[in-house]
Amino acid sequence: MDALLDGFATALTFANVGWCLIGVTLGTAIGILPGIGPALTIALLLPVTAHLDPTGAFIMFAGLYYGAMYGSSTTSILLNTPGETGSIITAIEGNLMARQGRGAAALATAAIGSFVAGTIGTVLLTLLAPLVVKLALRFGPAEYFALMVVAFTTVSGLLGASRLRGMISLFLGLAIGLVGTDALTGQARFTLGILQLLDGIDITVVAVGLFAVGEAFYVASRPELRNVQIIPIKGSLWMTREEWARSWKPWMRGSFIGFPFGALPAGGAEIPTFLSYFLEKKLSKKPEEFGKGAIEGVAGPEAANNSAVAGVLVPLLTLGLPTSATAAILLAAFQQYGLQPGPLLFTGNSALVWGLIASLYLGNIALLLLNLPLVGIWVRLLAIPTPLLYAGILVFATLGVYSYNQSVFDLGMLFVFGIVGYLMRRFDFPVAPCIIGMILGPLAEQNFRRALSISQGDHSVFFTHPISATLLAIAALIIVAPFLFRLRQRRPSSL
Amino acid sequence: MKSFAVRTLAAAVVLAVGSAGAPAAFAQDNIRIIAPASPGGGWDQTARAMQEVMQSEGIVKSATVENVTGAGGTIGLAQLADKEKGNPNVLMVNGLVMVGAILTNQSAVTLEQTTPIARLTGEYEVIVVPAASDIQTLGQLVERLKADTGAVAWGGGSAGGTDHILAGLITQAAGADATKVNYVPFSGGGEALAAILGGHVTAGVSGLGEWLGQIQAGELRALAISSAERLEGIDIPTLKEQGIDVELANWRAVVAAPGIDDAQRKVLTDAVGAMVKSDGWQKVLADRGWMDLYMSGDEFAKYLADENARVSEILKTLGLVS
Repeated sequence: MDALLDGFATALTFANVGWCLIGVTLGTAIGILPGIGPALTIALLLPVTAHLDPTGAFIMFAGLYYGAMYGSSTTSILLNTPGETGSIITAIEGNLMARQGRGAAALATAAIGSFVAGTIGTVLLTLLAPLVVKLALRFGPAEYFALMVVAFTTVSGLLGASRLRGMISLFLGLAIGLVGTDALTGQARFTLGILQLLDGIDITVVAVGLFAVGEAFYVASRPELRNVQIIPIKGSLWMTREEWARSWKPWMRGSFIGFPFGALPAGGAEIPTFLSYFLEKKLSKKPEEFGKGAIEGVAGPEAANNSAVAGVLVPLLTLGLPTSATAAILLAAFQQYGLQPGPLLFTGNSALVWGLIASLYLGNIALLLLNLPLVGIWVRLLAIPTPLLYAGILVFATLGVYSYNQSVFDLGMLFVFGIVGYLMRRFDFPVAPCIIGMILGPLAEQNFRRALSISQGDHSVFFTHPISATLLAIAALIIVAPFLFRLRQRRPSSL
Repeated sequence: MKSFAVRTLAAAVVLAVGSAGAPAAFAQDNIRIIAPASPGGGWDQTARAMQEVMQSEGIVKSATVENVTGAGGTIGLAQLADKEKGNPNVLMVNGLVMVGAILTNQSAVTLEQTTPIARLTGEYEVIVVPAASDIQTLGQLVERLKADTGAVAWGGGSAGGTDHILAGLITQAAGADATKVNYVPFSGGGEALAAILGGHVTAGVSGLGEWLGQIQAGELRALAISSAERLEGIDIPTLKEQGIDVELANWRAVVAAPGIDDAQRKVLTDAVGAMVKSDGWQKVLADRGWMDLYMSGDEFAKYLADENARVSEILKTLGLVS
């Protein structure tokens, strides 16, 4: 506790509060731009910050990381254009809310949810770091595969009105995920002899193409949509009493789902958002509102992706173990200052570590103060005439994807996926399952094969490892339970 | 009198260096360094450090870095060989990983089509086991490899990369069947580290710098290092002194475009040589913990050819290249 108080003393110096504010502001901005993520931004800032005091630099980087997660929800909700993959789920219900004039409420629940989750995540980081790390290390390839199976079962909640169309979209995503060099054998798969495809198709390119470009093409193809004026605000600007009541539990649940996933070496910020969405849909008193703009579907996943960020810092600070692209860059930053993250960091540089943790609390407050007043301004984006708005989205999508790799090939892919996204909308295929297939497919495949490689082909590993067996049992339960419920409901009527 | 002369001389030097119009002060007016990877990685860091040192030491007037990402650097390589052919103002960073990627990706362009300039830095690899493992020495690991090669699961970076190559070379040198190496690639050092710390694989291979913290904290036990001699200040025995005749450095180098003449090659080689000898570069090496593995000219060209032969042989044995 004393250490944390000292940390606040470090973080609350004039200069460090300044770095924190710069970080969250910059983070929010890059979160809004599709394609440009926190990893790239920190990488580009590294040479600039080489001459700074390390504490200030890390405080800025952490603020940037949190800010990016928050900022990407804004465009997800208002424009159906996720800035980061962690906000794809937010786009589903959030954008529907925005179309009904509840965009401000959706932004507010995302902002407050991010604040709650970020704070809970930071508290968990302060108190539970060593414990969480021990648990995360128990996850080997077999356990990851079982976890992916659980994640796959939850996709059913996102398939939309037609299961067949949803499944086709999911399988399209799985197929896209196969393209590139096979991670286990180094052999090229489905690359058509094109060098650029050897690294696989970037998830950012697909997500921005399917969501942003596809949406723009679709709107352009429909004259009747062009003239529809979306009501920017209906009713109160802020969240209503009912919206508060429906948000706080998803915030809490999302926070506790996201945190451990961030700490897992292959967890990431995306999978907890799928799980949170699925859980909220199951637990909601109004499940029929899902797919029509349910606030729980924004509150839960937004909390989940922010607390995952706090989770990422657990293995990074305690073991020097990066669990996301951004964390890997942060690790490089530590090394640039000659600091070695790991067990020795807490003892050797405790002022830096606790200053960083304290600044996370401050960063969360700064984000809330920065973003809540801006909600009213952001929703006015929707008052921009549709053709101009979508032209703007196309420009930002193109810039964002180009800046990601400076690759013209990526731009071509962006527009190919834009056309695919248009066709999917035109023929009523949901796009979210495609992205989920693309994220989960390679993870499931690689870990399945790694587990079998380690066990030398013995399939029983998935059932003899306790965590793996438990997860597979949960997955089986999720699949079987609805049928059992239906059977039980039928029996009385048949009597 | 003397001080006046010195001052005049100093002023003349300042003028010569300071005035942008003095071409003699720069080996090269401008230079573009291709980093064939995305920002943040090792090749990018090398390119950006070169840019900074070459500019601040007055070796070139201006240096820029261009990231050409993808396919283990072979996209950048293809660009250097095609688009930049004959261009004396371009350098590209490369390394051992690219030698492997050219083979596994069946790249149409190879390093032989570039003009070798110099090897710059590198890092040695360590072989580790988790602290809880009952394997105490490299000898015990070798015994296991000989008894049942497939039962030793190695964790490390991408398939066909430096870590994979070293696992293959060690198995081969131990007299076991390298075609049966059970190498489990992970994406990124973080995932591999987690698998080793969690005891999910038998042993791990990675660059020393990546795991030094965990080794010093006693969470990983280092069995061997892939250098020829023990490194100063690092108490890890080499492979060689433990009877495994393998030496491997994950080196980084610079090459120039094909089709430049000998004079142009010499200008670039001298410029890089001047950079390596500068205080600025020595400071970069110290700050980042990079090993100085400078080697240039024909010696480097021969080294490149030898590494290519060695890597392609082991990748064939490992079944990655047919």
